Amino acid sequence: MGDVSLDDQDVPGPGAPAPTGAVAPAQRGGTRLDPWFGAYAQRTHGMRASEIRALFAVANRPEVVSLAGGMPYLEGLPLEVIADAIQRLVTTRGTTVLQYGSGQGDEGLREQIVEVMRLESIDAHPDDVVVTTGSQQALDLVTRIFIDPGDVIVAEAPSYVGALGVFRAYQADVVHVPIDEHGLVPEALDEALVRLAQQGRRVKLLYTVPNFHNPAGVSISLERRPQILEIARRHGVLVLEDNPYGLLGFDGEPLPAMRSMDDDGVLYLGSFSKTFAPGYRVGWVVAPHAVREKLVLASESAILCPSNASQLAISTYLTTCDWQGQIKDFRELYRERRDAMVGALAKYLPQASWTVPAGGFYTWVKLPEGLDAQSMLPRAVTNRVAYVPGTAFYADGAGADHMRLSFCFPTPERIREGVRRLATVVNGEADLLNIFGTTKFEHPTDDVDSPGPDLA
Amino acid sequence: MSAPHPRVLVLAGGLSHERDVSLRSGRRVAEALRATGCEVLVHDVDAHLIDRVRSEQPDVVWPLLHGASGEDGSVADVLELLGVRFVGAGPRATRASWNKAVTKSIVAHAGVSTPDYVTLPQSLFSELGAATVLDLVVESLGLPLVVKPARGGSALGVTLVRSREDMARAMVTCFSYDEIALIEQAVDGTEVAVSVLATPDGLTALPAVEIVTDGPYDFDARYNPGRTEYFAPARLPDDVARRVAETAVAAHEALALRHLSRSDLIVRPDGSVEFLEVNTSPGQTETSLFPQAVAAADRSLADVYRSIVDLAAATPRRREAASLV
Repeated sequence: MGDVSLDDQDVPGPGAPAPTGAVAPAQRGGTRLDPWFGAYAQRTHGMRASEIRALFAVANRPEVVSLAGGMPYLEGLPLEVIADAIQRLVTTRGTTVLQYGSGQGDEGLREQIVEVMRLESIDAHPDDVVVTTGSQQALDLVTRIFIDPGDVIVAEAPSYVGALGVFRAYQADVVHVPIDEHGLVPEALDEALVRLAQQGRRVKLLYTVPNFHNPAGVSISLERRPQILEIARRHGVLVLEDNPYGLLGFDGEPLPAMRSMDDDGVLYLGSFSKTFAPGYRVGWVVAPHAVREKLVLASESAILCPSNASQLAISTYLTTCDWQGQIKDFRELYRERRDAMVGALAKYLPQASWTVPAGGFYTWVKLPEGLDAQSMLPRAVTNRVAYVPGTAFYADGAGADHMRLSFCFPTPERIREGVRRLATVVNGEADLLNIFGTTKFEHPTDDVDSPGPDLA
Repeated sequence: MSAPHPRVLVLAGGLSHERDVSLRSGRRVAEALRATGCEVLVHDVDAHLIDRVRSEQPDVVWPLLHGASGEDGSVADVLELLGVRFVGAGPRATRASWNKAVTKSIVAHAGVSTPDYVTLPQSLFSELGAATVLDLVVESLGLPLVVKPARGGSALGVTLVRSREDMARAMVTCFSYDEIALIEQAVDGTEVAVSVLATPDGLTALPAVEIVTDGPYDFDARYNPGRTEYFAPARLPDDVARRVAETAVAAHEALALRHLSRSDLIVRPDGSVEFLEVNTSPGQTETSLFPQAVAAADRSLADVYRSIVDLAAATPRRREAASLV
């Protein structure tokens, strides 16, 4: 720290120099503590950290059982084997590993990605693949090249919170379509698209997480996949298939990806974050050639190129380790945790209902009538348990009667303890409702209500 | 006496609803103190804390904790048991200030005006019937009312209630944070915060900071820059400015708060001053009120933090600064 005192730097008051031109004359004498407040773009105004988000700060303390985050259980990885391989990589190919790379991504890795996707029946060419910084960046790039403010994106109800954040940042209007235990409901999709067309709304994308949905835990059935593709094609809507969990099914073979049934109408997003390690931040998008061209250009303008170090580390892992065996181990581990979760829910929270996912990380719990998962969160913090309120997964303030519980990171024993604590929370809140009657809470739709990526 | 540059252990975090705010306060104070030459360690309130205090032997511990054990007096108890000098009030004074209802009765006893209120636990509503109790409260105290958790900060769980129908929801919101509710008459006027600082020459009130929001001064308005406009010093006539300063000092003294405090006050349109609540561990984040008051006094925040540490280093161990009531 130099000789600049913090008060001068961060809290402009009288006597503290304001940045040139920063304070409008009308504000002189007062301060809003952010001299650039009037300068932000329209799309930034919704970016506010909510008190819900602040409550998640306790989630990484060991006393708290976090059923909130989506962190994979990395202790299951052969860390020493990976360390040796990475060391060899830097020693033998260091000048490549540490250099800029191709904007589209390393060609060798793209070839390997094509092999990975074959497990879900996708037949693609390495040229169709763009490597991104996690599939989250692919979401950002796709939204950037397709969405003008006010364009509609149709998404499942509920939908992945991280996607909703990207859509909001580009000022898309998200319209939710219902799902059931077999995933997105084709008839409801058709109705929504007809209705939107009648309203003269421009629908650009259908966003879906078809396998082991985040947060709902369900998958789109094999029968429904072609139906959904047909409906989207008929309405001229591009399908954005986000599939980070597809290989993490507990029973049987992976379902064929929607991309395997339609090369031109689907943008497919894949990721190594859930099946290997999110720390490398490597995901990808598969796109028809014209879209892919734009994605590469957009990616180069955003980040020049994805990290070579990360890509080659992943490539080395795929070459030198039994990655499919590792995924099998993960599946067993997560299945055991899923069983612990649903067993504990049946034991401690029989008055609630929940999905029993056949893969992935999450179960979606419907609370007893009248309970509000968001207003209940402070009580959960007091009781040392964390979850994500359902409101995070809707763009329209709905979802307060649900919560997402993750079973990926805590051990089965901790999961059972977490659900036991959660029952105390739910019962305490139910007592309160018995006393005061059911009350309806308004939930804002424009703030950030999910834990940060590092909190699980 | 301690060395010229005291070693300081800043406590930040804790398992409370305000953990995030505390971590931010702690980081800022630690940075500023390092700039004055102090060696500063930062530690969470966890199972290693007592060992850490014993092994590091800091000259001063500064608990920058918001909520729960940090502000309810228990951490102060432990620090006294450890025989270490620390910033802030002793355990009994901290405990009294943690409960807003106890605070109000102590300052009222000292002659400070505070809005009429009742304190009601959740159990009472189930025993007597919620609707009947709420009818009685509204009938007696009138509207608008402010419903807040008796213990807690950062305006978490606080609702301004303008109609009887909104009372039930406000109670549910409040009881999600704490089992005791403080229901207080809402006072119309200018909202100001007055920080009080101990110096070797006695207590001094820093310039009042005036808070202007387009809605309630809630969590969002407190921590997301932009929604709130602050005036420091507050736009008050001299005599009123003097009165708010005296009120904050009187509250600080009545509560035996030692090194620093921040009182939240309302100035009515007629210039009279109402005490709302006191904070024994005022926030020190980028948007907090204490640092703004220091800037308004044309003082360097680092120097002020350092003066607090030096004063704490010279405070006798294991003794309350004054007895209560």
